[in-house]
Amino acid sequence: MKKKFGLQPRAEQTIVQVFLYFLTSVAVLVLFFILAVILKNGLPQLSLEFLTKNPAHMGREGGIFSTVVATIYLTFIALLVATPLGVGTAIYLTEYTFEGTVTRIIRFGAECLAGIPSIIFGLFGFILFVNKLKFGWSILSGGLTLAFMVLPTIIRTSEEAIKSVPAAYRLVSYSLGSTRWQTVTKVVLPSAAPGIVTGVILSIGRSIGETAAVIFTAGSALHLPSSIFSSARTMSVHFYILAREGISMPKAYGTAAVLVIAILLINIITYYLMGKYISRSSRS
Amino acid sequence: MKDRAIQVVKFSHYYGQQPSLKNLNLDIYRKEILSIIGPARSGKSTFLTCLNRLVDLVPASRVEGKIFIDGQDIYQPEVEVAALRRQLGMVFATPVPLPMSIYDNLVFGPKLQGQTNRQELDQLVEDCLEKAGLWAEVKDRLKTSALKLSGGQQQRLCLARVLALKPEFILLDEPTSGLDPISTMKIEDTLRLLKDEYTIILVTNNTKQAARVADRTAFFLMGELVEVNETEIVFTRPADKRTESYIEGKFG
Repeated sequence: MKKKFGLQPRAEQTIVQVFLYFLTSVAVLVLFFILAVILKNGLPQLSLEFLTKNPAHMGREGGIFSTVVATIYLTFIALLVATPLGVGTAIYLTEYTFEGTVTRIIRFGAECLAGIPSIIFGLFGFILFVNKLKFGWSILSGGLTLAFMVLPTIIRTSEEAIKSVPAAYRLVSYSLGSTRWQTVTKVVLPSAAPGIVTGVILSIGRSIGETAAVIFTAGSALHLPSSIFSSARTMSVHFYILAREGISMPKAYGTAAVLVIAILLINIITYYLMGKYISRSSRS
Repeated sequence: MKDRAIQVVKFSHYYGQQPSLKNLNLDIYRKEILSIIGPARSGKSTFLTCLNRLVDLVPASRVEGKIFIDGQDIYQPEVEVAALRRQLGMVFATPVPLPMSIYDNLVFGPKLQGQTNRQELDQLVEDCLEKAGLWAEVKDRLKTSALKLSGGQQQRLCLARVLALKPEFILLDEPTSGLDPISTMKIEDTLRLLKDEYTIILVTNNTKQAARVADRTAFFLMGELVEVNETEIVFTRPADKRTESYIEGKFG
């Protein structure tokens, strides 16, 4: 009798399982490898002084305080603009229109926006905000550029979150005499909040880590920004310049370590808060 | 002559090109329980959503003819739909508590109208839960999630939530289809008590339930109203052959 397959089903199972384990562990190992390299080289640089002092001598000496401040400003402005815009778009797409040509065009537009390389956003921001609108190299120009860059993420995650709210909740809300807007604010958004927050957090991560779009629009001035019209250098731009120009690898690693730790912390805190939020809304 | 609360005149409804209700003519009297029976897809639930215009939310939905409620044509453009829906409170087939506390579910409707007086709301919550026969079971845990209640309790909560709107009509769409016999009995007992104050329209796929609680019964088939009469007459001497065979369980 001719065997059709060379292996017993159980053996096949085992091979597939081992193979998949291997693939998964590669992904995890890469993450750990990056973390290990960054932290090994960066952690020794970290001190209170490194965090609280401004860079001196092009960043060869001193700390990274002004770049931390610039990163926070820029991210804050980006989210301040992108969150209402993105969540508003998602609400419009899901609650205020029936699915049709218009929604498909808007969604396709958002998808295309998501696929544009960040350096193109930088160029766009440079032309529009820096030159045309005369904001100059500034936190405002950089923040607005980042806002447009993260907008698709916020639209998409908010839309998914809003869509996952059971249709029955809406029906009940309407049947109890609520208007469309009341249904959105009192029933849909509270239920969708964890998903929307996730999208915003993802955007924080992208904003903090973005280099190309920022260097074109916010510039790379090292002083502490005094207003949203100041040019400023974010942590990731600082890291890029320190490493690229060979100014100081130790300081570059130190900056990278702060970046990575910040992003990790944001993620951990978010998941903790979301866990609390979810368990509270299903319990109380 | 009984007091007509709702008049349905030559009313039809379409999903796209597909008619789901065909040329209905029906009067509903004040403070009666009218039950609507009929096989699945005969337009019973659609009819309820036409009464409170929840059907507006369905894409490609279209109506013809008129429905008058207390003499007012509800499909006129100037009608405030939210106010209409408060007048015709609806309980759905599956109990759907909103993901909030029992108390917040009850005050959801009143709060939308700007009612904020804490004492009044507390009193309203107690009254409505009492009427729905749920007060004794939940009075000590009003602040806990409504999602923690059993199916039967959830459905009575939904009924209480509708009562909190102080509606004139209560629309029930197969309210006991997912419930056990004891929960079903509790709901039916509640409905008999509520009849003194409200006009109740009960869609049910359980003909025995119609026989137990309804004053009048309407039989729908494929979007048409086959007949409507006193419940006793519909069940003992139906005018139409199709009604008879449906009630006897020959189809549906």
